[in-house]
Amino acid sequence: MDNNQFLTDWGLTLMVFLPLAGALVMLLIPRAEETTHKVVALAVALATAGIGGAVIADFDYGATDTLQFTVDESWIEVINARYAIGIDGLAVPLIALTLLVVPLCIIYSWNHFPEPRNPKAFLVLLLVLHTGMLGTFVAQDLILFFVFFEVVLLPMYFLIGVWGGEQRQYAAIKFFLFTLFGSALMLVSFLALYFVADVDSFVMSDLARGVAEAGVDHRTQMLIFGGMFLGFGIKVPIFPFHTWLPDAHTQAPTVGSVILAAVLLKLGTYGFVRVALPILPEAAADWAPWIGLLAVIGIIYGALACLAQTDMKRLIAFSSVAHMGFTMLGISTLTDFGLNAAVMGMVAHGLITGMLFFLTGSVKERWHTLEIRRLGGILVKAPRLGWVLGFSAMASLGLPGLAGFWGEFPAILAAYEPGADLSQTTFRVYMVVAAIGTVFAAGYLLWLYQRTAFGTPTEEFEHEEIHDVLPSEWIAWVPMLVLILAIGIFPNIVFRVSDGQMTAVAQSIAAAVGG
Amino acid sequence: MSVLATVAGLGHAAQAARDAFERPAVDWHALAPDLVVVGVLCLVLVADLFLPEDRKGVLPSLAGLGLLAAMVPVLTLAADGTDRVLFGGAYAVDNFALVLKALFLVSGYVVVLLSTNYIAEGDYAEGEYYFLLLASILGMTVMASARDLVTIFVALEMLSIPAYLLAGWRKRDPKGNEAGVKYYLMGVFATGILLYGMSLVYGLAGTTQLAGIGEALATGESVPVISLAVVLVVAGFAFKVSAVPFHTWAPDTYEGAPTPITAFLSVSSKAAGFVALVQLVVIGFAGQTEVVRPLLWLLAVLSMTVGNVVALRQTNLVRMLAYSGISQAGFILAPLAVVGQIGESTLTSVVTYLLIYAAMNLGAFTVVMAVARKTGSAEIPSFGGLITYAPSLAVLMSIFLFALAGIPPLAGWLAKFVAFRAVVDADTGWAYALAVIMAINSVISLGYYANVAREMWMNPVPDGDTSRVRVPVSLTAALAITGLLTIAFGVTQWATDLGDVATFVASVSP
Repeated sequence: MDNNQFLTDWGLTLMVFLPLAGALVMLLIPRAEETTHKVVALAVALATAGIGGAVIADFDYGATDTLQFTVDESWIEVINARYAIGIDGLAVPLIALTLLVVPLCIIYSWNHFPEPRNPKAFLVLLLVLHTGMLGTFVAQDLILFFVFFEVVLLPMYFLIGVWGGEQRQYAAIKFFLFTLFGSALMLVSFLALYFVADVDSFVMSDLARGVAEAGVDHRTQMLIFGGMFLGFGIKVPIFPFHTWLPDAHTQAPTVGSVILAAVLLKLGTYGFVRVALPILPEAAADWAPWIGLLAVIGIIYGALACLAQTDMKRLIAFSSVAHMGFTMLGISTLTDFGLNAAVMGMVAHGLITGMLFFLTGSVKERWHTLEIRRLGGILVKAPRLGWVLGFSAMASLGLPGLAGFWGEFPAILAAYEPGADLSQTTFRVYMVVAAIGTVFAAGYLLWLYQRTAFGTPTEEFEHEEIHDVLPSEWIAWVPMLVLILAIGIFPNIVFRVSDGQMTAVAQSIAAAVGG
Repeated sequence: MSVLATVAGLGHAAQAARDAFERPAVDWHALAPDLVVVGVLCLVLVADLFLPEDRKGVLPSLAGLGLLAAMVPVLTLAADGTDRVLFGGAYAVDNFALVLKALFLVSGYVVVLLSTNYIAEGDYAEGEYYFLLLASILGMTVMASARDLVTIFVALEMLSIPAYLLAGWRKRDPKGNEAGVKYYLMGVFATGILLYGMSLVYGLAGTTQLAGIGEALATGESVPVISLAVVLVVAGFAFKVSAVPFHTWAPDTYEGAPTPITAFLSVSSKAAGFVALVQLVVIGFAGQTEVVRPLLWLLAVLSMTVGNVVALRQTNLVRMLAYSGISQAGFILAPLAVVGQIGESTLTSVVTYLLIYAAMNLGAFTVVMAVARKTGSAEIPSFGGLITYAPSLAVLMSIFLFALAGIPPLAGWLAKFVAFRAVVDADTGWAYALAVIMAINSVISLGYYANVAREMWMNPVPDGDTSRVRVPVSLTAALAITGLLTIAFGVTQWATDLGDVATFVASVSP
């Protein structure tokens, strides 16, 4: 009992700040001791996963729609910012995803740190990033949320800019400026929200109550939602704010791309579901058709752009735009079904696209190129690698039985019957367009697989010795592959957790719009 | 006989006059911080006369310890907690004054730390340097308490005239001369404008005390001559805080002045200008917000935008910091542009911003000085590859730069946040427009701050010289103070709490 009490009070805080503490310890260790750095970083990441795992195991799955493990302490009193944290059915899957991906990334990079190496700096930044991501998912106060939301920017900027590809400096600053632009306006929105809600608190549930009670006029709500839309939409990214993504992904080092795809993009969609929808339900209902429109444009645009790519990594980056389109479509329906699909879409996309970026990293390391026409015959040269690539590509195109399917199919289905008095005709058109998008997805992924994995190796690599999957790669990949399959067969792993909270959100929106 | 009688009578009259003259009751405790600085600056001047050339090294220690000693009465006054008003309301020691005195003393101490090696190794006159520096700081601590036009003016001259001399301290360098002369000429010009404005204000209000001016101008309707007076006074201080379009002296002066003095001008001197401006706007011109608001709105928008855009094009880090300081001044001005509509949060915002800005900007200058000891240059490309041979300096510089850019959790975000909060609180169309302009500008500013970080982290070392950078103890201490504060202010409530308690004593507030 004592133990549990400790976990309830301190579990989340410990989980969030342990990586940061680890990073500080690593700063004191000399740079030359690379092995020590790797061991410490991995140990910290595993310990974080252990604490997080204990919290998630202790989570009451009978009450997923209520915040658990809550802490609410005063932080910066003058501006009424509180250290309010807690998790519910929406946060748990994403926290689990983060806790899984970071240690795997450390294991994956064990023996191949990208140039200019320097494992110390690389791992310190990775751990700071870890704190930022976990913090965003547990924060229940808008200012705390904002701080963590921004904390991830700096490490990512340096990961891309220092360890990235040829165009790394351009890609890094583009990523930074785009995201910062969105979050600056988002902050103005948060402030406006604070003043119109008039509850002297930035805690999300207080603000939602305040907005409902104060009867904030419609135009103000729409404007405030607009600011948040920019902040979260750029992070997702929603078409037409997506242009930073292909550059950032293509130039980032493998681990950077994996984390970017697996967790960072989710911060945007998470923000919509956590902040924008529950606090401003009426504005959400008015914005929903436009969000849905941009989502389906993203789906089609992303798919078409994929077909035009000559670089494997860039292709997968554009496929992210399409996949996040499905997630946003699910959100824009404002139904419990669509929101659940969105949560599933986040987890599935995180696992699958994360996996694909791992694979492109490994291909790049072996072939020293990602140009699709120079690759070919991966199955001949490195059969296991080829099979894993095939498996991940199938998962990505939404093959039933694998995780990707459960992100896309329910989102499309939800558009058939949107909630909150949204126009059925509009959303049914979206539904058809999105369905066509899945066909495109199958097209570009299969075509990619055909060109890279099938056939015979190109002349330049014909006689080159290429090794197959390494043990460290297996350790990093197996958990993700197993989860992709497990969620594919038994999607309730995620739905059971998310459903309670998503139903509550959908109901509150319906009530606000109907009332 | 009659002569004697006359003499006796005169003596009598003098005696009577002596009796009639009542020495005003002086609250020595309230004056103690300023008096300690006066004592130390005399001590430095005298010690300089008697110290042999090879013992001059104790002068900076003396100056630094003196500034810290002056902190003691500030703390006892704060612990005491009573607001004290002296000299018939011309001089107040309230929470506002105490917080700002502390800011001036601590930032002055950091400037002394920065100067220690620079001045000792640079073949400059040492004793006079610290004497003038302390004199200028004295002007600032007086400014924090000044609630009267004459006191404000005396404090302003007290802090400016030594600064003109210090700006031209590198007298063998043409750029140093340019710095001093430009600063002096522009400075006295601004003083002239300010004085003209003040004389009009006195003529209109019939008093030099801010509280009296506030009452006198509050009742009068909008008269052109009042508007003129307000505009002239604000313009005079806009020069001091280097707000656009009164900023033209800043980049050249910053580049040519000794780097510690550049840091001093861009932090302490600017803060002193803001202190006076805040007092005038919030107390003296409380009834004239119709004139003040649009004027400051314009100054804020111009400063942050022009400062930013020009900073983007700089290749010299000191010049870049000069323009970035102009842009930051725009952010500090922003809450004043909605003054009168938001109550207390104007003061909170300005004071919080000044505290945080001092920590991060002084920190950035410290790193520039530490690196320049090796490279001898403040050109941005000379910072290439700093992370490979001086990782601690590179990390610290990144912390200061991204703090200036306002990236959480480093202190700058909280400064910007309180400014945003004050502006949005006003809830008018102009205020929202200002908030959006601020948001866009804070993104633009990242462009040049990140550019320096890019140089340090991502580019090769320009001349391939990767030998260590030797950082002297004084600079290490300065880095420790500013670095810790830059992080602590961002994640704790210290800065906002200090900003929040910094209120004017009731008897002189509107």
